[in-house]
Amino acid sequence: MGRIGERFRRLREERRKGFVAFVTAGDPSLERTVEVAGEMEKAGVDVLELGVPFSDPLADGPIIQRASERALSRGTTLIRVLEAVHRIRKTSDLPLLLFSYFNPLLRFGLPALAREAAAAGVDGVLVTDLPPEEAGGWLEVARDAGLDTVFLAAPTSPDERLRRVAGASRGFVYAISRTGVTGERDALSDDARPLLSRIKALTREPVALGFGISTPEQVAAAASVADAVVVGSALVRFQEEHPHGDVAGQVTWLRSAI
Amino acid sequence: MTTARPDEQGHFGPYGGRYVPETLMEPLRELEAAYAEARRDPAFRDEFARLLRDYVGRPTPLTFAGRLSERLGSRVWLKREDLCHTGAHKINNALGQALLVKRMGKTRVVAETGAGQHGVASATVCALLGLECVVYMGTEDMARQAPNVRRMRLLGAEVRPVRSGSRTLKDAINEAMRDWVTNVRTTHYLLGSVLGAHPYPAMVRDFHAVIGEEARGQVRAQAGSLPDVLVACVGGGSNALGLFAAFFADPVAMVGVEAGGRSSRPGDHAARFLDERGGAAARPPEPPPAGRRSESVVPPSLGSGSAVGVLHGTCTYVLQDEAGNVLPTHSISAGLDYPAVGPEHALLRDEGRVRYTAVGDDEALAAFHLLSELEGIIPALESAHAVAWVVKDAGSLAGKLVLVNLSGRGDKDLGIIESAENAAKVDGGQRTQRG
Ligand SMILES: Cc1ncc(COP(=O)(O)O)c(C=O)c1O
Repeated sequence: MGRIGERFRRLREERRKGFVAFVTAGDPSLERTVEVAGEMEKAGVDVLELGVPFSDPLADGPIIQRASERALSRGTTLIRVLEAVHRIRKTSDLPLLLFSYFNPLLRFGLPALAREAAAAGVDGVLVTDLPPEEAGGWLEVARDAGLDTVFLAAPTSPDERLRRVAGASRGFVYAISRTGVTGERDALSDDARPLLSRIKALTREPVALGFGISTPEQVAAAASVADAVVVGSALVRFQEEHPHGDVAGQVTWLRSAI
Repeated sequence: MTTARPDEQGHFGPYGGRYVPETLMEPLRELEAAYAEARRDPAFRDEFARLLRDYVGRPTPLTFAGRLSERLGSRVWLKREDLCHTGAHKINNALGQALLVKRMGKTRVVAETGAGQHGVASATVCALLGLECVVYMGTEDMARQAPNVRRMRLLGAEVRPVRSGSRTLKDAINEAMRDWVTNVRTTHYLLGSVLGAHPYPAMVRDFHAVIGEEARGQVRAQAGSLPDVLVACVGGGSNALGLFAAFFADPVAMVGVEAGGRSSRPGDHAARFLDERGGAAARPPEPPPAGRRSESVVPPSLGSGSAVGVLHGTCTYVLQDEAGNVLPTHSISAGLDYPAVGPEHALLRDEGRVRYTAVGDDEALAAFHLLSELEGIIPALESAHAVAWVVKDAGSLAGKLVLVNLSGRGDKDLGIIESAENAAKVDGGQRTQRG
């Protein structure tokens, strides 16, 4: 079992809910990303998602779009993100999930990417625009390299798709709380609860709930239905406003209501 | 007619498919099912045919370009999509999809537009059928195709400016997809070319197939035989496939003309099939191994910035950098200014069934004037690329029967022409002063 599976096993044992944080790698710099990973670990983050910046992030709202632009303008590429993971791994055992669009992975070459990501210390990969149907070749090379593969489940996915998504997922299933792009929202969507109960009826894989969760109240509401909660845009926006600020403090605040 | 392609998952060989966030997978399946049902339904087909005739003005004529033919030494016929209502072929597809939207019970349509022709076509059919219409358009394109922005607004559409990225067609598609994924329960994405996730490339091709079906009959009746060569410009590739599809079984050569822009340097053009030597690649690159999809190998790369990749839901040739980020593109023609190409074209290229080539901004401009002056037809700058290739390759076409898809009319381009020519004058003036 990899670090991600191990973490979820422990969470279950201790009857705790997990906290998954997303940051865009290279925003404002990869040096800062390496530091942030260490601070996140101390703050008790269970899984860190590292967003690989991409020129055309069509599943992202304005906050993560801007972060990607900043990261790209500083020359952040997939290779450099893997180097940063290598540095994080020197001091940290934090479970790490690469979060990417498919094209940068494809350009890298999937077998090479799987090998090098695993060697650098990546535990799993989530590809936003790669549904299980198109993932055949990728699943093979990722599994061979020992990487977990996380897929998205959406409110629009009927049960037969949820089964397929859960079947292709290793590590956990990432449930999208509502239709739409990433970004902060005022309240947890009404779509979240029914989606979670449908997935839970179909799989024993742990389920993390994300998209739009940005306040302690929403974190608590999400944690009441899922095994873990993902916060992205709220943390990315905090870093936009305070590039060297206490992002770990934000995590502590967000978790305070669980 | 329609070809047997794509396969059930929407793949054209190693290309095509559905590379979208999970939220869109079920809506795409529903769209595919609704389309499959509609195309079998005589009532749907009749309604589409009736509106193509009574509203769009089809069949469009096939015109012999006598003076141009004389000048070039070949026999050039023009398929007059410029005479469609709204001034371009785009309305064939917009109408087909809008009828489907009504059938699916959705009430809101989002569309992207580059040159504005697809936006105008979408706004038009939405007015006709009583649908709410939002069109995303890059601010760079809004500036260079201003007349079409005014037309869309007159037609009751909301035009939303897109300020991200290169502020052109690619970014407008990103924004339209973000809207769609957010409002997917009520909203249909009226995609304007043979791009995107399955079923769009096949569906858009089929809605345009009427172009080739008409042209095939017309050219035999009027010119007495099948053509030797078909020529069309290729942005996403919809007018080209609309013409080509009816001729695939015939011994007819086909040429797709991409935007060569300013030069073959990455960023200076929108020619996805241009190889690093600056010519259209004659040979296919290493194809992905059979049985395994392109995702399991390092994708082939053509140099000049193009490599097989995934953009906007489909696997195809994409102009991109070494890290897999999409490159900026340039063309004087907004409708060809896009970094990817329809997946069926990628397969047709590898198979060698269609030859792809590129002409530059200057050549397109010259052809724009030539056709205007010799034939009294002002072409869209997109279509002028097709004409430009016929001029450029006149030598090899001597005596041949050439059928060009004149995909649109050029009224929308007068502003661009004027500023390009003013810029050239200023440039020329400076050169003279310095020299
Ligand atoms: C007149 C005209 N021709 C051609 C195109 C290019 O699109 P496609 O390659 O899909 O035909 C456009 C796009 O805006 C257009 O307006």
